[in-house]
Amino acid sequence: MLALIAAVALLPLALANNYHYEIAILVGLNAIVCVGLNLLIGYAGQISLGHAGFFGIGAYGSAILAARYGWPPVLALAAASAAAAALAYAVGRPILRLRGHYLAMATLGLGIIISIVIATEDRYTGGPDGMSVPPLALAGFALAGERAWYWLVGALLVATVWLSLNLIESPIGRALRALHGSEVAAEVVGIDSARHKLLAFVLSAAIAALAGALTAHYAGFITPGKVTFLHSIELVVMVVFGGMASTFGAVVGAAVLTALPQLLTVFKEYEMVVFGGVMMLTMIFMPKGLVPTLAALRSRFGKAP
Amino acid sequence: MSLLRAEGLSKEFGGVRALEGLDFEIQPGAVFSIIGPNGAGKTTLLNLLTGIYRPSAGRLWLDGRALSAHAPHEFAAAGIGRTFQNLQIFFNMSALENVMAGRHLHERCSLVAALLRAPRQARAERACRERAAELLAFVGLEAYARAAADAMPYGALKRLEIARALATQPRLLLLDEPAAGLNPSEIRDIDRLIQRLAQSGITVALVEHNMKLVMGVSQHVLVLDHGRKLAEGDTETVRNDPRVIEAYLGAGEH
Repeated sequence: MLALIAAVALLPLALANNYHYEIAILVGLNAIVCVGLNLLIGYAGQISLGHAGFFGIGAYGSAILAARYGWPPVLALAAASAAAAALAYAVGRPILRLRGHYLAMATLGLGIIISIVIATEDRYTGGPDGMSVPPLALAGFALAGERAWYWLVGALLVATVWLSLNLIESPIGRALRALHGSEVAAEVVGIDSARHKLLAFVLSAAIAALAGALTAHYAGFITPGKVTFLHSIELVVMVVFGGMASTFGAVVGAAVLTALPQLLTVFKEYEMVVFGGVMMLTMIFMPKGLVPTLAALRSRFGKAP
Repeated sequence: MSLLRAEGLSKEFGGVRALEGLDFEIQPGAVFSIIGPNGAGKTTLLNLLTGIYRPSAGRLWLDGRALSAHAPHEFAAAGIGRTFQNLQIFFNMSALENVMAGRHLHERCSLVAALLRAPRQARAERACRERAAELLAFVGLEAYARAAADAMPYGALKRLEIARALATQPRLLLLDEPAAGLNPSEIRDIDRLIQRLAQSGITVALVEHNMKLVMGVSQHVLVLDHGRKLAEGDTETVRNDPRVIEAYLGAGEH
């Protein structure tokens, strides 16, 4: 936890220009989504291939309320997150009864529906052309500049990680991990597995929507590209790459996989090939993900004389 | 008054009758054993008593009140705990955390308190940890408290399941073949553990193939065969019942 705070506080020393800040902010926003998604995938063991949909509801919900209806952006952001949570609650009750591949299919379908609605309802969303989003403002002060955004996102990331760590070390977090370990055993010790799966689903959806809304207000422009199936997959990959059931793993996964494509631009058109290769090698040699593997290595060398 | 009463309990799986019209009563404070050949319906019975299966017919009373629970977690809340024949350990957690998860029913906390780790919540968490450590010591696993469950030997995991079930503070504890796969010295430990459980006032229902263990610890034995009650009574009665000898114990073993 202290390492994360130090990293967020000291990173600006290494950020030379606005482009670097922009990448750091995107890393932070993705990391917030991944910490939330990790509660669902890593801890509760339930897959979702539709979280870009919730991200999109946050982004477009907040954008539409602020741009078309003149809501104060902070209020629009909160309302959009609440709407995503409400949708997750309504949809989660029936689909979280499904397991494994079937749950993956159902959440995939949900994500695709949201993405299609956003791309076709061009009266509200601007369709494939996207729409512009007013900047985030509170009490008349607009949040402008990369530096101000950096500190806001950094503080929110630290807060999200702190809340997530607290939750994991509570009876609720243990219940999530227990139903991942053995659902039948969790039930016979009195854990309402349906209720706890729903809780993780709603919480992760609300966090994804919040990050989506922030992304929209930060970028000032939003297109349906961020709401696609591919973005859902990217989010899951970040969680798995960083290490399932590891909150810091989710942060590291988001950081590496957001920053790596920027570094890989030197490979030009082979960028995605190299990216895919990195993924395959990671899963072959570190199936538990980056952070848990490194932690295991450290404890092994720590014990050695 | 009996702690648990079953009347006409039946379970069918697509036309196959796993249990048929079973009546029995479990008296409080006793060790009640359920024996029978493979496929007699013993595990099916435990699954009915914990809500994992819904009965095709029949009713259950706990403490004289009709058991209205539906989901397994409601059976747990009503005071029925169990272990599993094929281990159902939370392998993604430590031994201590497995037992702490077992205390779920007694550690209710709000989402907000959990997220903010409120001081009261932090204290409750420490108390929960201590209580879980005591239970690990009770089953003789204090050495494994910090161990990851997936690094523990089979015999220890069997006892970890018992500690986790005890953490729910059950009034009726169902043990599904606790001695299966254990060596003679580990079986003696399980034997002593069951005796200590009974002395502490927990009613135990035991499904077990090891006859020495069953005959040593039980006050009452129910013999199942092909989903029906074959015989019932104290160990002496069951041991000398010719039908039981024929159907289950076999001439060689007795």
